[in-house]
Amino acid sequence: MESLTMLLNGEEVTMHIEPDALLADVLREHLGLTGTKEACGEGECGACTVLLDGRPVTSCLVPALKAQGREVGTVEGLSSGSELHPLQKSFIEHGAVQCGYCTPGMLMSAKALLDRNPHPTDEEIKEAISGNLCRCTGYVKIVEAIKAVSSD
Amino acid sequence: MSEEFSFVGKRVLKLDAPGKVTGQTIYGHDMKLPRMLYGKILRSEHAHARIRSIDTSKAEALPGVRAVITAQDVPDMRIGWARDNPVLKSDKVRSVRDEVAAVAAVDEETAEEALSLIRVEYEPLPGVFDPEEAMKPGAPVIHAEAPNNIQEKMRQAYYHGDVRQGFAGSDVIVEDRCTLPFVTHCCMGTCFCLASFGPTGDLTMWSSTQMPFLYQRDLSMALGMPASKIRVIKCTIGGAFGSKLDMYPFEPICAVLAKKTGRPVRITFTREEEFISSPTRQPVICDIKSGAKSDGTLMAREVRMTLDNGAYSSWGATTPLVMMQTISSLYRVPNVKYDVVVAYTNNPYSGAMRGYGNPQATFVVESSMDKLAHELGMDPLEFRLKNANQSGDVSGQGVKITSCGLTECMQRAAESVSWEEKRAKGGSRGVGMACMIHVGGGARIYPSDGCGSTVKVDDFGKVTLISGSTDMGQGADTVMAQIVAEELGVPVANVTVVNTDTDIAPWDVGAHASRTTFVAGNSARLAAADAKRQILEGAAENLGEKAEDLDMKGGKIFRKGEPEEAIPFEKMIRGKHFRPDGDVVLARGWYEPPTERQDKEFRGNISAAYGFAAQAVEVEVDVETGEVKVLKIAAAHDVGRAINPMAVEGQIHGGVSMGLGYGLYEELVVEEGQVLNPNFADYALPTALDMPEIDPIIVETDEPAGPYGAKGMAEPACIPTAPAIANAVYDAVGVRIRDLPITPEKVLRALKEKGTRSKEEK
Repeated sequence: MESLTMLLNGEEVTMHIEPDALLADVLREHLGLTGTKEACGEGECGACTVLLDGRPVTSCLVPALKAQGREVGTVEGLSSGSELHPLQKSFIEHGAVQCGYCTPGMLMSAKALLDRNPHPTDEEIKEAISGNLCRCTGYVKIVEAIKAVSSD
Repeated sequence: MSEEFSFVGKRVLKLDAPGKVTGQTIYGHDMKLPRMLYGKILRSEHAHARIRSIDTSKAEALPGVRAVITAQDVPDMRIGWARDNPVLKSDKVRSVRDEVAAVAAVDEETAEEALSLIRVEYEPLPGVFDPEEAMKPGAPVIHAEAPNNIQEKMRQAYYHGDVRQGFAGSDVIVEDRCTLPFVTHCCMGTCFCLASFGPTGDLTMWSSTQMPFLYQRDLSMALGMPASKIRVIKCTIGGAFGSKLDMYPFEPICAVLAKKTGRPVRITFTREEEFISSPTRQPVICDIKSGAKSDGTLMAREVRMTLDNGAYSSWGATTPLVMMQTISSLYRVPNVKYDVVVAYTNNPYSGAMRGYGNPQATFVVESSMDKLAHELGMDPLEFRLKNANQSGDVSGQGVKITSCGLTECMQRAAESVSWEEKRAKGGSRGVGMACMIHVGGGARIYPSDGCGSTVKVDDFGKVTLISGSTDMGQGADTVMAQIVAEELGVPVANVTVVNTDTDIAPWDVGAHASRTTFVAGNSARLAAADAKRQILEGAAENLGEKAEDLDMKGGKIFRKGEPEEAIPFEKMIRGKHFRPDGDVVLARGWYEPPTERQDKEFRGNISAAYGFAAQAVEVEVDVETGEVKVLKIAAAHDVGRAINPMAVEGQIHGGVSMGLGYGLYEELVVEEGQVLNPNFADYALPTALDMPEIDPIIVETDEPAGPYGAKGMAEPACIPTAPAIANAVYDAVGVRIRDLPITPEKVLRALKEKGTRSKEEK
């Protein structure tokens, strides 16, 4: 077992994990942060996207120890208290959520985009979420929702 | 149109969205129960083989393993629509999906390791992987009960009119062969179930089924236990699209593991397992012949179709019935003949997938229609308009078309892509169109097509709709809440929808055939009307008024015409409740659509309403690479009335993207029964970058039998997209691709052949 300390959604967390544990499993299984979904286990679908020092990563491929001493952001940390993040509000208002399984990963990819590029073009939005698969929405309302936040 | 309503026709936000954007929603994959074990299934290594022996001793001895089961541990019962699928296989395996043994262990890794310790000795048998080969004499026999490898229950011959006369009276006749591939649902949430037995031997099954009540019945049959001792709790579903219409072997396997261990057991599929072992859309080989008079009057359509059923029969084996409706009734066509055969092969077996056979049938019919128009020298739009179905039509099959916006759909879709300007312009751009008909008012394929609802209103004004309906993410719960709020006259925020538990909810046949808004919506409306009657009667007694003189809106009760003197409805409910002869508000609704089962000749009106759509597509084809780029898809859908336009747009967007994938990208590559691309790296699901501009056009026809005029519309969005793309490719570069997906290689090959042909002609 190895000790892992990370700044998880703004709070320091220390725990003991197997050295080969994956970040997605640590979040979901050890910490109960089941908002992060796992839908392929191969880094191909983006459902497990979380932020590592602000950059989007597919947590199903990232060894948890890579998060040592770093900031990890999950969907649970997007809202502050009961106040939703503008992206969360926008996803609701634009009907960008259907089955919702891709939603947390989409939100995290979108947040990473807007944090580094507050006014992206449609193409930049599509590029940023091109690693996040969705079978329900055709991505249209997701792109609209992200765009609405960016133009605020 | 919607101004008269408070909630119907409004862009009410989805009730489930806040939970989903915050990560709070619990899906089955997130569930853990105390002492829960993890189940895993050992599947066949061979597409066709006899099982000589199974040795589980090493797996059983592995620390952490709590149970290993094989066929001898499960009831000797075959499941599936044709009862041809043993839960665990004992004598032989017929596909690589076949379940041979299963394990329950303390964690998934141990369960995986245990699978690797099970020794199965197989005697490989020759397999057959092509449905036409499978029907030839001497082909390997897959099921002893079907020595010709034909699923006889679905060998159908339909006709109306007389195609011989129809073709004799035609000036132009076209013939084609289309071949359509395996594609699969790719739900983001993979297959899941969690089984737990209580102290009295009752089973609770958490499931992502889209048909909870048929699932309960199927579990009962598979497990040999009374359905009354089975409770199904439907979890939040991570996508379904038909894939969760059947109960599959993993589900009774999970229950047997739970029974044997006395502990809860959860099974979740890996993505690879999902690709290999969850259903597919039926591959189809289809010959079509169509004829028309020189003035463009459609005269005859003859279709012969062979479906690859795979090794077993799920509900998906009945898709020929839906295909038949399109073949018989899309456009006015006086003479039709349709022969279909469903062949067993050693491929993974097909199931229900959005459109339920209609994407295949529509591709075939609309490809043929387009070719016919060109042979006639007519604008394909004009040809379609001339033969369009109209309100009041009864098709040769007995399909009663009560409301039909097909003509308007075509006109508006064409306008959206500037059809007149862009058609037949040469260059490498082109436009194409395809239309569709689909059931929109239920589909009577089961003795009941109904749905039950209960509405209870508590003393604080909270309204609870308890419905048999199923929300798979499409937004059905929100639509139900809008209907109840509208009918009852309360704010939509007061309404909660409960529909996750077969111990609580009244019966419903399930979320299929795009029936939920229509059938469950009508049911919810009846229950809400009953609740309103109870509330107003109570209020009338309290106020010394006549109930018929009172009305309720916005949660307030008032004398008709005097809304300014209103009383909060919850006060009246308390007045009705808290008195010696008091009563609570508890209302019911049961809606059974006024339809009939088909007779032996497949005639009958199985749906109370029909949805129509036209999609127009603009493409650009790169003649150097063969790549097809879709520039725009205009999708005009006759939805009766959009109860929630935002949700309708969402269904159109999602359906179109699935249709785009079917048309251009997706194929589950199956060779010798093995799935070669069971991952998202190799199975090309459309990404955000692949999406063209989509113009969702809502056409409202106010269906008389629908709740507030609504008809079903969710499946239709994926149905006409692929043929519209194929027809646009023809308009652009003059080649017709008849086998999906339309890959650059196929386009290049066709362009090359066309070039060779035109040189020869010169």
